Amino acid sequence: MTIADPVLQGLIDSLNAAYGLCLDDGRLEDWPEFFVEDCLYQVIARENVDNGLPAAVMYCDSKGMLVDRVVALRHANVFPEHFSRHLISRAVVTGSEGNTVTAEASYAVLQTRNDGETRIYNAGKYIDRLLVKDGAARLVSRTCVYDTHRIATLLATPI
Amino acid sequence: MNTQVRVEAQRSIPTAIDYKVYHDPEIFAAEQSNVFKGRTWCYLGLEAEIPNAGDFRTSHVGETPVVLVRGQDSKIFAWVNRCAHKGATVCRSLRGNQADGAFVCVYHQWAYDSEGTLVGVPFRRGMKGVGGYDKDFDPANHSLEKLRVESYKGMVFGTFSSEIEPLEDFLGPVMRKYIDRVFHRPIKVLGYSRQYMAGNWKLYSENSRDSYHGALLHLFYPTFGIYRQSQDSAGELTEQGFHNVFTVSKPKGDIDYTSFGDEANREMQGATKLQDERLLQFRPEIDDDVGLHIQSLFPNVVLQQIQNTLATRQIVTLGPDKTELVWTYFGYADDDEETTRHRLRNLNLVGPSGLISMEDGEAVELCQQGTIGAEGKFNFIEMGGDDVREYYAPMGMDENAVRGFWKGYLELMSDALSASTAEVPA
Repeated sequence: MTIADPVLQGLIDSLNAAYGLCLDDGRLEDWPEFFVEDCLYQVIARENVDNGLPAAVMYCDSKGMLVDRVVALRHANVFPEHFSRHLISRAVVTGSEGNTVTAEASYAVLQTRNDGETRIYNAGKYIDRLLVKDGAARLVSRTCVYDTHRIATLLATPI
Repeated sequence: MNTQVRVEAQRSIPTAIDYKVYHDPEIFAAEQSNVFKGRTWCYLGLEAEIPNAGDFRTSHVGETPVVLVRGQDSKIFAWVNRCAHKGATVCRSLRGNQADGAFVCVYHQWAYDSEGTLVGVPFRRGMKGVGGYDKDFDPANHSLEKLRVESYKGMVFGTFSSEIEPLEDFLGPVMRKYIDRVFHRPIKVLGYSRQYMAGNWKLYSENSRDSYHGALLHLFYPTFGIYRQSQDSAGELTEQGFHNVFTVSKPKGDIDYTSFGDEANREMQGATKLQDERLLQFRPEIDDDVGLHIQSLFPNVVLQQIQNTLATRQIVTLGPDKTELVWTYFGYADDDEETTRHRLRNLNLVGPSGLISMEDGEAVELCQQGTIGAEGKFNFIEMGGDDVREYYAPMGMDENAVRGFWKGYLELMSDALSASTAEVPA
């Protein structure tokens, strides 16, 4: 296999690490900033992807929709109080064309609720399209394909 | 005090249910036989999920695993997913196609056809005169346990009861009218999500029939300054109370938010505007203005149209405090790509991550946690009266359909519940 340009590899891995920490630290308002304006973010069950079915539990096809999600989480939605913890693998760069790069990475999101027990809440992989410009990578699209097709209680915080 | 009198005085009624019903394993077991395997039709899936001969999907009736199969002649069958030999699970995939129509148990390779009839037993006559089954062994007596199956407008139901009326009568004309509404043209499945709640199935059944909580628990609309309470709305029930349907029509003009905001105890008035209003866009596609249709069919399914989302929510009862909700999302077969994308955008509103609905999962768990150790204590369901009416409008200020659920439930469960309450020690 070919080894990706180490600078590019570093940019993508840094983006993923910062993305996970942003959500885990509860800085939800910063989360949309990982995306370009005209973006797509979706969280979809692997059983749907494998069967060619498009329904996702979250489907946001603009940055504004990501912002709306965050405002709703802060002010409207009721969900179990919890911490999230993202563990994200090194990215595999699957292609590139001009400024656009495609990559995939495995993730596990652990969740700790008020009972103090940490559970594997959602495991899957990111399928990403990134725009690499001015020494930084931003997400054009991120599809979170989750193996954990039984969602515990509900899925509020983005993956 | 005489124990019997005390027990009698504390029997559950539709306005006051003993919290024990959410926790007691014996009541849960009795529900499996009286409700799910009793005189009811349980939802199994959609015909559109198994369009071709040999297509199957696994499903549940209560806690019992069943398989839904389309046979070679396109007829649909359902059988319990339990080999007649040793009880092993026969069909191990969530869904698929069994092209040759045979379902073979991996353990000893007993083979069944799509109807669930035993068609093959390895070494039935033994080998070289040794072993095998007795000559009286009749495969016809060892088939999978078969359900009676009937469909209505593409919704497939099964029953273990030989006495129950036909499905159409069980649903009744009012429920059929609303099913017709959603299935007015062919559908296509868009996908699934599965939501697992650490709570009793009846808490979810109450939730989908409870209009009182709608604008109080789910604050998405008011957060963004969108008030939907004063639209035309109604709740309609079947006579036994079993089934319920809520409908809300699209607002016809300016709506007044103030009186509701004054009543609410949580911060309601939104200063924030939605950044992307496509999320809420509604394109009427049925010949009426109904923007919300939530139909609870006893005992195990909710059919919904909310904006342009269409879905069934199947309730799987895995234990007294373990309930799985299987969401099957669909659109119409003639949807173009843009319409599908619009539905996907609308789907943000519903399901386990639904902006206007995710709280239901939390509400179920809160009631489960809060009622631990509360045996002999009762809930209070008297909002909007203490009776069960076939029509209640507008919705939002009553618990009529919740009382209806309990009325139907208590009728099916009366013997089992009185047996269990009689055991309460003095």
